[in-house]
Amino acid sequence: MNDHSQQHPDGVSGVDLELKDVTKKYAGQQTPAVDGLSLHIPAGEIVMFVGPSGCGKTTSLKMINRLIEPTSGTITIDGEDVRSQKVDDLRRHIGYVIQGGSLFPHMTVAQNIALVPGLLGWDKKKADERVDELLDLVSLDAGRYRDRYPRELSGGQQQRVGVARGLAADPPVVLMDEPFGAVDPITRQRLQDELMSIQSELGKTIVCVTHDIDEAIKLGDRICILQEGARVAQYDTPANILAAPADEFVEDFVGAGSSLKQLTLARVSDVELSPWTTVTVGESSRDALARAEQAGHSSVVVLDSRKRPRGWTWLRDLRAAETVPEPRTDEILGVDRRATLNDALDDMLTSSHGAAIVTGRRDEFLGVVDFATVTQQIQDAGEAAEREAAGTA
Amino acid sequence: MWDYLVQERADIAFGAYQHTSLVVQCVVLATVLAFALAVLVTRVPRLEGVANAVSAIGLTLPSFALLGFLLPLLSLGTGPAVAAVTFYAVLPILRNAVVGLQGVDRTLLESARGMGMDPVSTLVRVQLPLAWPVILAGVRTSTQMTMGVAAIAAIVLGPGLGTYIFSGLEQIGSANALHSALVGTVGVVVLALVLDLLLLLFGRLTTSKGIRV
Ligand SMILES: Nc1ncnc2c1ncn2[C@@H]1O[C@H](COP(=O)(O)OP(=O)(O)O)[C@@H](O)[C@H]1O
Ligand SMILES: [Mg+2]
Repeated sequence: MNDHSQQHPDGVSGVDLELKDVTKKYAGQQTPAVDGLSLHIPAGEIVMFVGPSGCGKTTSLKMINRLIEPTSGTITIDGEDVRSQKVDDLRRHIGYVIQGGSLFPHMTVAQNIALVPGLLGWDKKKADERVDELLDLVSLDAGRYRDRYPRELSGGQQQRVGVARGLAADPPVVLMDEPFGAVDPITRQRLQDELMSIQSELGKTIVCVTHDIDEAIKLGDRICILQEGARVAQYDTPANILAAPADEFVEDFVGAGSSLKQLTLARVSDVELSPWTTVTVGESSRDALARAEQAGHSSVVVLDSRKRPRGWTWLRDLRAAETVPEPRTDEILGVDRRATLNDALDDMLTSSHGAAIVTGRRDEFLGVVDFATVTQQIQDAGEAAEREAAGTA
Repeated sequence: MWDYLVQERADIAFGAYQHTSLVVQCVVLATVLAFALAVLVTRVPRLEGVANAVSAIGLTLPSFALLGFLLPLLSLGTGPAVAAVTFYAVLPILRNAVVGLQGVDRTLLESARGMGMDPVSTLVRVQLPLAWPVILAGVRTSTQMTMGVAAIAAIVLGPGLGTYIFSGLEQIGSANALHSALVGTVGVVVLALVLDLLLLLFGRLTTSKGIRV
């Protein structure tokens, strides 16, 4: 596919990250914003920093790339103190993605993405190839979007470019500060899915700040729940945090009835997918209709030339056209197989098709999950959680 | 009037050229100075008060008042007069440059730093291009103002179009007095319009399509 997947076939390209007794006290502050934070972040994992507003998440994150200098303590990346190299060199090897994408409005998409490669002295050809490869990775058509300016993109597309820019120079560590905070819920779910899909391909070490516990549960290999002063309330896998909250603060934070929250742990990949009739843009409507009628489906899923789902179409609309028409939007539909069952349910409700399209690597169509299957799974999971709760009580 | 124009055309053309040349040189120098000053006051925390005071100055400076200030300087000779013209040209540009530079979204600057751009390239590649339309608006205001100021400064600097105005006023009653004054005033207005159009075009060519209105 691309250099990337060949370099790291399902491997880990990230490195260990270690914070040791890190403290930051801003000038004029009574109590430190970050008070003695120690944390080991294993290579190739996504660690989510989550906690109430003002608890020191952003400050902790920015100390890693030295946008903020700690008052005391050390931070090492792959065993090396972040202060041991020139600050700009350090930052060129750490991806940085913030809310909204923060793209430079006077630069095209390609110029934005090629910025760090340019700073690192890559030649133009290599940088251009990298831009196309990354746009592909974040599901944007390179030919169409490369030369656009940020204001010509939707919020979700801008955020995708922001992620691509953060990954441009293939940094082992990527820092994200509320990356999906500025987009609508459906786009956010899609972007989260994509991030998981990208991560499974690249295996970076990702530190991601969020204030949304559901996002943390969904994306995190581990979650670090922080209290005022960035004191660690609990640092563990989502499943462990939900099953055994360390204290009342964590319990309150993850929400009452955390047996219900456990449902956000269940993934689409946990349930069985059903096949569905698919048609490809541009193919003859007659063939498509024949296949759908044979399968007994009243609607079909339209795929583009790369097998990415682009829309649902009713048979009566197919009959009206000679060939399968080009979809009206650039959007790719469906949920990733790593999405939660809650996401799948949301998708069904908004698409009103009684089933959610499921996508795999590079957004390729895998099949659909239907309403009955999902609700059954949720019911089973709920009952299992209840039995467990009753058993431990 | 027509006879006067034909008869004096070489002189008028030369006057217009001198006038334009003086204005362009002063404005270019003023732009460089104003930008450097704006960077200084917006970067040095202790000068924040100065920066805010500058940006609080009204957008259109009362150029007539400035002309009054200029008059005493005219007795000083060419050098100081050029310096004075430049000084007044700096003000609108400085004001806009400060506003423009301060107006760049701080998170963009932090992004640039977070990606490993050094302070100079952050300034040149991010802050300047984003502030550019505002700075250029200041340059246009400044050019208009300098056009008028230069007409008066012509007394010592000559032979710009200002000399036509003054010789016309001095010889009131004589045959060519009105012609001379008209050539001076209308000439200045026409030149100002032409320069403004050129600046507008220059602005379009040098402003990124991504931020053009
Ligand atoms: N530049 C700064 N100067 C002074 N105080 C700051 C600064 N940045 C953040 N703070 C304070 O530090 C605390 C932690 O802030 P922050 O790390 O942004 O929290 P979070 O990202 O968790 O919302 C807050 O009380 C905030 O007001
Ligand atoms: Mg924050």
